[in-house]
Amino acid sequence: MIQNEMSRRRLLGLGLGLGAAATMTLSGCGGGSSSDSSGASGNGGKDYTGPKVDLKLWNGFTGGDGDIFKALVQQFNSEHQNIAVSVITYQWEDYYSKLPGAVSSGNGPDIAVMHMDQLATFAARGTITELDDVAKTLELSEGDFAPTVWKGGLYNDKRYGIPLDMHPLGFYYNKAVMQKAGLDPEKPPTTRDEYTAALTELKKSGVQGFWVSPFQFTGGMTFYSLLHQWGGTLFDAEVAKATFNSDPAVEACTWLVDLIKQGHSPANVGQDADYLAFKSGKNAFNWNGIWQISDLKKSSNVQWGVAPLPQIGSQQAAWANSHNFTIVKQRSANANKTAGAKVFINWLSQHSLDWAKGGQVPARKAVRESSEFKGLTEVNALAPELEYAAFPPAAPGLGETMLTFYSAFNEAALGKKSPKQALDDGVAKANKQLEDNRKKYGN
Amino acid sequence: MADVIEAGAARENAPPPAAPTRRRGATERGNRTTPYLFLAPYLILFGVFGLAPILFGVWISLHQWDLQLPNRPFVGLGNYRDLFSSDSAIYGDWWSSVRATGTFTLFSVPLLVVIPLGLALLLNRSFPGRTFFRAAFFAPYVLGVAVIGLLWRFLLDANLGLVNRLLGVVGLPSDTPWVTDVPWAWISLVGVTVWWTCGFNAVIYLAGLQDIPAELYEAAKVDGAGAWDRFRHVTIPGLRPVMLFVFTTTILASANVFGQAFLITQGAPGEQTRTVVWRIVDEGLRDYDAGRAAAMSVFFALMLAVVSVVNFRLFRYRED
Repeated sequence: MIQNEMSRRRLLGLGLGLGAAATMTLSGCGGGSSSDSSGASGNGGKDYTGPKVDLKLWNGFTGGDGDIFKALVQQFNSEHQNIAVSVITYQWEDYYSKLPGAVSSGNGPDIAVMHMDQLATFAARGTITELDDVAKTLELSEGDFAPTVWKGGLYNDKRYGIPLDMHPLGFYYNKAVMQKAGLDPEKPPTTRDEYTAALTELKKSGVQGFWVSPFQFTGGMTFYSLLHQWGGTLFDAEVAKATFNSDPAVEACTWLVDLIKQGHSPANVGQDADYLAFKSGKNAFNWNGIWQISDLKKSSNVQWGVAPLPQIGSQQAAWANSHNFTIVKQRSANANKTAGAKVFINWLSQHSLDWAKGGQVPARKAVRESSEFKGLTEVNALAPELEYAAFPPAAPGLGETMLTFYSAFNEAALGKKSPKQALDDGVAKANKQLEDNRKKYGN
Repeated sequence: MADVIEAGAARENAPPPAAPTRRRGATERGNRTTPYLFLAPYLILFGVFGLAPILFGVWISLHQWDLQLPNRPFVGLGNYRDLFSSDSAIYGDWWSSVRATGTFTLFSVPLLVVIPLGLALLLNRSFPGRTFFRAAFFAPYVLGVAVIGLLWRFLLDANLGLVNRLLGVVGLPSDTPWVTDVPWAWISLVGVTVWWTCGFNAVIYLAGLQDIPAELYEAAKVDGAGAWDRFRHVTIPGLRPVMLFVFTTTILASANVFGQAFLITQGAPGEQTRTVVWRIVDEGLRDYDAGRAAAMSVFFALMLAVVSVVNFRLFRYRED
């Protein structure tokens, strides 16, 4: 599922959240000295004075933010005579299917940008290395980040990813449509009552206000958020059993599906139709990824606003994912390369705000609280969601299981099955898949 | 076969009265190696990129195979057993994808065999603008699947698409869920594929039609055969080898359907339009379970081999 998600050109923003807090000290480790050959530890990314290394970096930033990314890498290269980073960009979908083959044949990258929910899979499969020493040297700890993002970089209590950003689902509202229906375009609904009241008003003016997409983009992610708002979870704490047919999950799903029955959404909404309808003023509300901000900014004829998701259930929650930097395990370890890679990750942390400008919420607290970041109005509007973001769990091999979850919702939203039936069937299948994963990854 | 060639070659090379045994021996030796030398480039390529991967794939299918996990335990026919055991996690998905591919193939192949034939018959006549129409019908084929997939996804969208809009204008139901419900999704997928690829088969048929000697039609006319009789007794037999080719390649192409469903219906509703190739890709490249993906591929290839053999038999039977 995530491959699918990431294949989207629009999911491009990269906000680097490492922050500029790390102090730079010149505690050189001489090239070829014994400290170098001691392996990945080195000095954890503060400095690199060894012989020149060429580093390959893979990412999936195929859109406009790819250019920002490349420009920053260029700047890094010009400032570091002995480290040359070359950027290789794939569509996320290709990226995740190419990576295992490339790594096992020795053609993989040195540094890889990876989504939080892929970390466990690649850590369990031995593709990426532990980064505890980087975090330690850079003096990064949970307090510097939102705890959810920071913990997401862990697998089996070891750190595999340095979080850069997070991209949550946000609540987009079409101001022109709201105005036409007599709603205050500056006061988007924030609670369940306000939300249904607004939908009722919109219906009176002939607008189906909130189109429920049956697909992962974005209906599935909307349901994912609501399920957590109702207090449910997708899996139990050990990720041994699927729990997305619990009573809260069924209630959340029913609430969403009922919007179709009540005429607030048409049936059979196609992929992207919810968003296209939003842009063309056919509906008023769209729950969509933070990555749409840059697209909407380009659409000058749309009057829109973005806010955290309204609280429909008993608590706040929003679907979110996060980009992380990882260091790829090589067939023959090269301590110089590893040290250089860590310096690169560290350097990018100094430029974290530049990434935020790319349209994602930085994971790093100091940057989120800076006045420059607050100037990025739209992106900043979604920053509060970081505190209650529902990130996918850290368990290897969840791809197919997540697909099962989204398919179950698809059947419910298309009216092929009742919410209860669809989720029950999905859970039965997901449990078999989880069991397969346990056998494969041995946890 | 070999004897015939040998004898022929010997006859040509050997001067009639000369001692036949020695001569014959020499040419035989030449004959033995020459064909293989000519075949060598292909055989090497086939061996490296065809045969070896196939054998390796079969080998992989007997293991729980992940490129990066250190141990790849031998599981014998376990992966194949999983395809047939209702307890396994993939059983339901697998057979649902077989059903999806089967449905698509069953409905697309007849249309892709018959419509291009009609098209070719029309385009084979001489009329003004013939070249334009030939190009027009072939044109969609040059587009990539991503282009036609995205194009039709928007055209067929139930609520925003042009198709439903136009249907509404002429007074037909304008809320048909073309891409989110069956059977509409199948109608969409088959329809789009026919529109997309029928030009290719039509071109093949056209080439075949032009190979049928005009005298045969004239002779049939002289014998008093009408248009239908000429079609049945001249065109169809004349096209038989071409039809065998079209049938076989179309079945194989339809059985490999992936991009259209991936882009247009995205598997909806649920996973009902998720096809076999899509399932194999997911298994191998999303779950990195190459063993299962290989087992699926081998089993699927065997199914297609059986279909192809039956197909060849049918055409040979007609020839008798």
